Amino acid sequence: MWEQIRANQIRSAILVVSMGLLLFLLGYFIGLYFFGDAVPGVIIALIVWAIMGLTAYFQGDSIMLSISGAKKITKSDHPRLYNVVEEMSIAAGLPKIPDIYIIDDPALNAFATGRDPEHAAVAITSGLLQKLNRDELQGVIGHEIGHIKNRDILLMIMAGIMLGTIVILAWFAQRALFLGGGTRRRDSKGGGQGQVIILLIGLVLMILAPLFAQLLYYAISRKREYLADASSVLYTRYPEGLASALEKIANSPVQVKSANKATAPMYIVNPFSKQGMNLSDLTSTHPPIADRIRILRSMAGASFRDYEQAYRKLHGKGIVPNSAIALSTSMPVTPHEKISDEPFDKIENTRETSNLLWNINRYKTIDCDCGVRLRIPPSYQATTVQCPHCGRIHNL
Amino acid sequence: MIGLIVVVAIIIILLLFIISTYNGLVGLRNQMKNAWAQIDVQLKRRYDLIPNLVETVKGYAKHERETLEKVTQARNIAMGAASSGVGERARLEGELSAALSRLMVVVERYPELKANQNFLALQEELTSTENKISFARQYFNDSVLKYNNKIQMFPSNIIANMTGFKPGEFFEVQAANEREAPKVSFT
Repeated sequence: MWEQIRANQIRSAILVVSMGLLLFLLGYFIGLYFFGDAVPGVIIALIVWAIMGLTAYFQGDSIMLSISGAKKITKSDHPRLYNVVEEMSIAAGLPKIPDIYIIDDPALNAFATGRDPEHAAVAITSGLLQKLNRDELQGVIGHEIGHIKNRDILLMIMAGIMLGTIVILAWFAQRALFLGGGTRRRDSKGGGQGQVIILLIGLVLMILAPLFAQLLYYAISRKREYLADASSVLYTRYPEGLASALEKIANSPVQVKSANKATAPMYIVNPFSKQGMNLSDLTSTHPPIADRIRILRSMAGASFRDYEQAYRKLHGKGIVPNSAIALSTSMPVTPHEKISDEPFDKIENTRETSNLLWNINRYKTIDCDCGVRLRIPPSYQATTVQCPHCGRIHNL
Repeated sequence: MIGLIVVVAIIIILLLFIISTYNGLVGLRNQMKNAWAQIDVQLKRRYDLIPNLVETVKGYAKHERETLEKVTQARNIAMGAASSGVGERARLEGELSAALSRLMVVVERYPELKANQNFLALQEELTSTENKISFARQYFNDSVLKYNNKIQMFPSNIIANMTGFKPGEFFEVQAANEREAPKVSFT
């Protein structure tokens, strides 16, 4: 496990470093172009990066949760969800159970956030919670816990910040260029042939840097998704749970309302998914769901080695770091205890989720003796309420 | 002079290696102990849940005295052996799990019981606790494997032998026993 995390960290660090290099070059040429000296440009790039990075590090999780409109729940709000999160934290050996949030949205999605396992949170949409049975929920939560355990979130935040900085700097540089900001430099120093070449490289870089950064970013993100899938199976020892959850998600046409481009990599599936996405799509934060399902369904066991073999069969190359495979022993697929053998009760699940939503929106619930259930909004002022069906008076 | 520097450098590197290996071993042993503590927490939680469950089931399923007694008995035996070794505890907890899963099959016959909110909440708690036990066991066994590997593999085994690290014991539940299908007869 540790070996896998370390190998991931090294590979990701390389990607982040190359992004940093790109940022540095961009700053360098911006400085050269607008100030006649590289240093101010590099400094500006670093300052922008530092501000965004520090904000994201300390505030990233709360920003992410408030953008998506997530509400925190406790165990009594939804014991099953809470238990499943606790089970997966135990399986992953996390030091603390992540906070659990609900997003009031019919779309099917979930995400994890927080800079390290001590400050982690998982969020799930009410739509997804309502559609999944326990095994599927376990698979999805396992995937999110996998992101937390593998330290994916901090990496994606940092890479995202880098990408954002590059895009912003390149954007301003391009605008300034077209408005003639660069002429000042050209007047002060006459420019030889070497200068012209540097300017040309700088110009190309300004246009290409955001594209490169984006492709790198997407490459990191897709790899993380596969590894989180592998981790989820390792925890649950039951690939079919996650596969069937992904299938349900893939068949749903609803998109998450509150998602945007910056928050997209955090979700379990791409919130902007298009039908029939190409296998070699380089501009996506997530691998095609069909691929992920196929890999999960062709796994012979539940270890990283099995995931690696299934992945290799589909793609011809590996995904899991060698050090992690070397350590993984054979693990049979073992479904855990089922709540009951009865088929999954859709109506009961829907009722449970809607109760949860009323509760977290602080509606009071009164069950009248005549069988009517009253929902009292938090803005209701009076101290009594009459049942509209039988006329009984209830005290609040 | 150069010879001296080389000797000192080798000694420093050797010392650094010993320190980092030793600390790594201690870290793995602590991880194993933490994992064991987590199993313990969940096993205790199960002991606490069982009396409640037995009381609730008793009210509805009067003819299942034998099954209920077996569960209570298995719980008390397992609780009494809380300080014995890993292997012995694993065996007793496995028996308790088996008794519980037999009870859970039996209650399927009582629809009124399955409509009871209190029972449903208990059932969710118990199932989740069973899951947590097996997930904790999974993590514990992974930790033991990693720790044992480190103790037995060269070169860390030299340090482990010198400083007296002992291999850990796996928490194995007899799979056949635990997953034994309950016998159903229609006579």
